[in-house]
Amino acid sequence: MTATLLQVIAGGLLLGALYALFASGLTLIWGMMNVVNFAHGDFVMLAMYTSFVVWKTLGLGPAASVPIAALVLATVGIVAYFALVRHVMRAPMIAQILATFGLALFLRYGVFWYFGANFLSLPDNLVGGTYDIWGIRLPAARLLAGAVALLVTAGLHLLLTRTMLGSRMLAVAEDEAAAQLMGIRPHRMQAVAWGLAAGAAGIAGALISTFFYISPTVGETLAIVAFVTVSLGGFGSVPGALVAGLLIGVIESLSAYWIGAVYKDIVTYSLFVAVLWLRPQGLMGKA
Amino acid sequence: MGLLRRFLWPAIWLLVLLAFPLVWDTPFQQRLGTLVLLYAIAASAWNIVGGYAGQVSVGHVVFFGCGAYGALATYTHLGLPPIAGLPLGVAASVAIAAVVGVPTLRLSGHYFSMATIAVAELVRLVVANTEFLGAAVGLSGPTVPRSVLDLSFTSSLPYYYLFLAVLAGTLALTWRMENSRMGYYLRAIKDSERAARSLGAAASRYKMRAYLLSAALTAVAGSMYAIMIGFIDPESGLGILISVKILIMAALGGTGTLFGPLVGAAILVPLEEISNNVFGGGGAGLTFVVYGAVIMLLARFQPGGLLELLGRLRARAAGRGARRAA
Repeated sequence: MTATLLQVIAGGLLLGALYALFASGLTLIWGMMNVVNFAHGDFVMLAMYTSFVVWKTLGLGPAASVPIAALVLATVGIVAYFALVRHVMRAPMIAQILATFGLALFLRYGVFWYFGANFLSLPDNLVGGTYDIWGIRLPAARLLAGAVALLVTAGLHLLLTRTMLGSRMLAVAEDEAAAQLMGIRPHRMQAVAWGLAAGAAGIAGALISTFFYISPTVGETLAIVAFVTVSLGGFGSVPGALVAGLLIGVIESLSAYWIGAVYKDIVTYSLFVAVLWLRPQGLMGKA
Repeated sequence: MGLLRRFLWPAIWLLVLLAFPLVWDTPFQQRLGTLVLLYAIAASAWNIVGGYAGQVSVGHVVFFGCGAYGALATYTHLGLPPIAGLPLGVAASVAIAAVVGVPTLRLSGHYFSMATIAVAELVRLVVANTEFLGAAVGLSGPTVPRSVLDLSFTSSLPYYYLFLAVLAGTLALTWRMENSRMGYYLRAIKDSERAARSLGAAASRYKMRAYLLSAALTAVAGSMYAIMIGFIDPESGLGILISVKILIMAALGGTGTLFGPLVGAAILVPLEEISNNVFGGGGAGLTFVVYGAVIMLLARFQPGGLLELLGRLRARAAGRGARRAA
C-alpha cells in the first residue's frame, strides 16, 4: 500500500518536473513583457511531433530529439516574436490575445491537417527498462525526462539570475526605456526570451513524447496545466513554477490514483479556479 | 438628404434581412442564412464583454453549452418543450460567469482570458462524465413535435425569423448599453488604464455587468441552437472550436461595433459551409488553419476589424474627393 502510494507520488514528481519546465517558459514571457502566450501548449505539441519525426526518419531517441526539438522550437519562438508578437505588444490587449491564440490554432490545425487526428506514439523500448529503487518501480523514460527537466529548469533559473544575459533581460523587464539607455537592446532581449521559452517547451515536449501519446490537440490540455502552474507559482517566477509544477504533478497523480484517471484534469482545473479565488497572487507572490 | 441617409440604409438592410430566405429559397440557402443569424447572436453577445468591455473571453462556449444543455435536459428529464429550459440555461450561465468574473475582473485581463478557457474545459469534462447530462453520448430533443411549442420544424424558415428576432433583441440591448452610462464607463476603461484604475471598484462592477449580460445572451444562442438541431453532445455544445468561431466572427467584423459580429458571421459561416462541402471532413483541419492565420493577420494589421477598415477607406476617399473639389 505505502509502496504504491510512494510510487504514485514519485511518478507525480517526475511529471511535475516537466510541467515546471514548460511552465517556466510561459512565466518568463509573462513576467518579462506582460504577454500571455496562448500558443505555449502548442509549442510543446510541436516538439512532440518533432521528436516523432526524428525517430521516424533518423531512428534516433531523445539524445538526438531533445536538442533538435529545442533548436526547432527556439527558432519558432524567435520567428513568432519578430513576425508577430513584437508588433502587438503595445496594441490593446485584445490584439495580443488574438495574436497568440491565432498562432495556437494555426499550429494545432496545421499539424492536424498534415499528420491527421490519430494518436501517435514512440516505441516503448526507445528509452528501455524500469528501475527499482527501494521498491518503487519507475520506467526509465519518465526518470530520464524528470531528471533532465529538473536540470534544465534549474539551468534556466541560473541563467536568469547569475549571468550577464539574465541581468540584461531582467533590466528590460523592469524598465525598457532605462535599459535602452544603458545600451541594452530591448527587442533583442525579448527575442532571446521567446527563444528560451519556446526552447524550454521544445525540450519538455521531446521528453514527454518518450512516454506519452502524441496528438494535435494535446497542447490544449498542456496549456491549461501551464496556466495553473504559473498562476499557482506566481507570475514571472521560475522557482515558483518549479514548486507549483511539482505540486500539480503530485496532485494529478494522486487524484488519478484515488478518484480515477478521467477526473485528474477536473481536479487540476478546479484547483486553478480555487487559486484565483483564494490566492490570485500565487503561492510565492506578494499580495 | 440627412434624414434620407439616416433612415434609408437601415431600411434597405432590414428589408434584405427579411427577404433573404424568400429570395434565396433553396433549403441550403435558407439553412445558411439561419446559421449566419445564429452565430451572429452568439458573436454579438460575446462582443458585449469582449468588444465593449475589452475582456477577451476565449471560453464563451461554456455559456452556449449551458443554454443548449438547459433546453435539452429540460426536455429529456421533465418532458417539457426545450424552450422551457432556456431560463435554466441562462441561470446556469450567469452563475458560471460570476464564478469566473468575480475574482478575475479585478486583476489584469490575462487572468480573465486564462480562467475562461480553463473553466470551459472544466465544464466540458464534468458534463462528459455526467450520466444525467448524457455523458459522452449527448442529449436529443423531440424527434416528432408534440405541439408547436416544441419549435421543431423541418424547414429552416421559421428558425430564420425566430433567430432574426432574437438577434434584433440582442443588438437592441447592445445599442442601449452602448448609449447608457455603462457604455461611457466601458469606453473610458478600455481607452485608458489610468481611467480604469481611478474608477477602481466601479470599473470591475461595469465589466462584471457586461460579462453577465453577455453570458446570458450567449446561453440564449445555445438554446436556439439546441432547439434547431435537436441534439447536443460535449463536442458540439462545449467544444473549444465553438468558442473560436464566436470570437473570430466578432473580431473579423469588428469588436466593439454594433454590427461587426453580424458582418463577421455573414462572411465566415458561408466560407466554412462551402469549405466543408468542397473538402469534406478532411477540410475541417484546414478551415481552422485558415482561421488561425486570419486571427493573426487581424491582430497584426487590423485589430479593429473589417468595419473599421471600411470606415477608414471611406474617410480617405471622402478626403480625396474634398481635395479634388477644392
